[in-house]
Amino acid sequence: MRKWTIGLAAAAGALTALQAQAATEIQWWHAQAGALGERVNTIADNFNRVQDEYKVVPVFKGSYTETMTAGIAAFRAGKAPHILQVFEVGTGTMMAAKGAVVPVHKLMADTGVPFDPKNYLPAVTGYYSTPDGKMLSMPFASSTPVLWYNKDAFKKAGLDPNKPPKTWPEVGEYAKKLVASGYNCGFSTAWFTWTQLENFSAWHNVPFATKANGLGGLDTEYKFNGPLQVKHIQQLADWQKDKTFVYGGRDNLGNPKFIGGECPLYIESSAGYGSFKAGAKFEFGASTLPYYPDVQGAPQNTIIGGNSLWVMGGHSKTENKGVAEFFRFLSLPLVQTYWHAYTGYVPITTAAYEEMKAVKFYNDYPGRDIPIIELGGKQPTENSMGLRLGYFAQARDIMYEEIENIFAGKKTAQQGLDEAVKRGNVLLRKFENENK
Amino acid sequence: MEKRVVFHSRTLPYLLVAPQIVITLAFFIWPASQAVVQSVLTQDAFGLSTKFVGLANFEQLFADPHYLSSFYTTVFFSTSVALLGISSGLFLAVQADRVIRGAMAYKTLLIWPYAVAPAVAGVLFLFLFNPHLGMFVFALRSLGYDWNHALNGPQAMFLVVIAAAWRQVSYNFLFYLAGLQSIPKSLIEAAAIDGAGPMRRFWTIIFPLLTPTSFFLLVMNIVYAFFDTFAIIHQVTKGGPGDATNIMVYKVFRDGFVGLDLGGSAAQSVVLMVIVIGLTVVQFRYIERKVHY
Repeated sequence: MRKWTIGLAAAAGALTALQAQAATEIQWWHAQAGALGERVNTIADNFNRVQDEYKVVPVFKGSYTETMTAGIAAFRAGKAPHILQVFEVGTGTMMAAKGAVVPVHKLMADTGVPFDPKNYLPAVTGYYSTPDGKMLSMPFASSTPVLWYNKDAFKKAGLDPNKPPKTWPEVGEYAKKLVASGYNCGFSTAWFTWTQLENFSAWHNVPFATKANGLGGLDTEYKFNGPLQVKHIQQLADWQKDKTFVYGGRDNLGNPKFIGGECPLYIESSAGYGSFKAGAKFEFGASTLPYYPDVQGAPQNTIIGGNSLWVMGGHSKTENKGVAEFFRFLSLPLVQTYWHAYTGYVPITTAAYEEMKAVKFYNDYPGRDIPIIELGGKQPTENSMGLRLGYFAQARDIMYEEIENIFAGKKTAQQGLDEAVKRGNVLLRKFENENK
Repeated sequence: MEKRVVFHSRTLPYLLVAPQIVITLAFFIWPASQAVVQSVLTQDAFGLSTKFVGLANFEQLFADPHYLSSFYTTVFFSTSVALLGISSGLFLAVQADRVIRGAMAYKTLLIWPYAVAPAVAGVLFLFLFNPHLGMFVFALRSLGYDWNHALNGPQAMFLVVIAAAWRQVSYNFLFYLAGLQSIPKSLIEAAAIDGAGPMRRFWTIIFPLLTPTSFFLLVMNIVYAFFDTFAIIHQVTKGGPGDATNIMVYKVFRDGFVGLDLGGSAAQSVVLMVIVIGLTVVQFRYIERKVHY
């Protein structure tokens, strides 16, 4: 009797092993550390639980840069993962790598997995699509800049904590009042180039670069030295004198300024929610990005940051089918609402957003819908669909350098932005030549 | 019986140096030659299209005024790091050598920072000098000095030099301490009996006898400052403000690994390699003559 039970157990074990072997493995290389990494694992685990044909294996590969470099090195060695997570800055490079990636619309058509691009929020997918709307990569973690503000500081300065500033003149007015009430800094921002040049241009419907910000072709040129951008940057430079504006450093190095209560008005990604919630010892709120009311059509819509999932080429049909099935799973409202609720990233489908509204999520967590309102408020124009610019990481470095020259008083806004455009265009021409 | 230190076998010496040769070939010569090859090509990130462009990558580099300013920044940075690191290492070694009680504890503590990776050293100093919550910034502010290395170029440079040199002090300390301990005590005692004071003894006896160590450290520190410091720059300033701390090796890293401009980045690393080889040759030809072995 005992022998028999053992035999059965062994047989069952062998059967499970057989099943596990039969499942096609899908490698998913990603850059989500810590709590976000656990959310990624939960999503993969659930996919593996609801079906047994495919097994998605998430692998953490380090920072965004490290993950992308690892993916590219693996491709060059003929061992590319099936799914590679790439940050938005790398989008231009990935789009140009025609032989290395399988566009999502083609993957879905080839594998016959149901897919309707109309189900997705256009402001999110626009960034990762061709100008005629064909999706190239699957948006995953998408955020957009919002204006965070310190409600306690507002009360201290005699401002209404439920009335954040809507326009740039109001930001100036509020910031001056906050400085007058004892703060060392009125307003600051993270990711300066992303929030104050890229998104600023889209939000005011002015071009950041020609050819629909590069979506229309590689022969694009930077245009962020237009009169509106110059006016804005010069205004910020002037505001430095009385601490109405304080430059916080590159990327999000300035975040302690907001969390530590030094700067009560702060523009940062909607994904900053988690770290603000964990670190801030005051009540804070979120609002839409400020705009200049005298600009026709403003506010338009913002553009996203974050990352998307690229399908790497060179894999079998079965494996590609697995990737397509996984993408269908990812797009389910249940998965999207989970991701949105726990991370501060936006949902990528309209259905998920509707569901969040239906369960009154935004009544309980006010401000969490700000990024969706900013992204989806209007039909995106060619100035606000997204960016596709070669060597964009270096271009952002150049913008930072010139912006810092402006804020250090070495150049005027016009001189600094002109120089950044000139230097950025050299990179664009180089990229164009290499990808002809 | 005569004691001979000569190999009788012809193959044995080659076998004994073979592991070192293999490692040098695999980890130094091969990557370096790859960099040279890559520097005359333009290639997209995925290696799908490769074009031979001759010296075009170099021409672009030297036509860029920002690259030339990065060269001067590097010279200033490396000289400062090497001088600061070496002089502090020497000073501490001389002091530690004279300590009688608890010498081991002092020595251990002084060697410690070398175990800290450059990136971590960068983060440490970033916290100490953080414009919002740094201890030093707080102290400086109370003295009426406004510290903001996010916009002040010289302050940013000062910060990365300190962070880069701090770690190197331990390394220099270790070698100087060994150098000091190999100086015969009788020599110093004889000088003392002849009436030479501590300063005189240091400059006429100890320092000249340390020149081989100083020379070795000069080469090592320059190489360190040129190649190993990009992590500090990456953590602390990212090359800014403006291009105040954009040293050449950081630009190689940014352009190659972040920007995926392989040809341009390879050309820069070839330039860097040529500079360091040149510097080392100069050091051996001209400075080594002044070294007393």
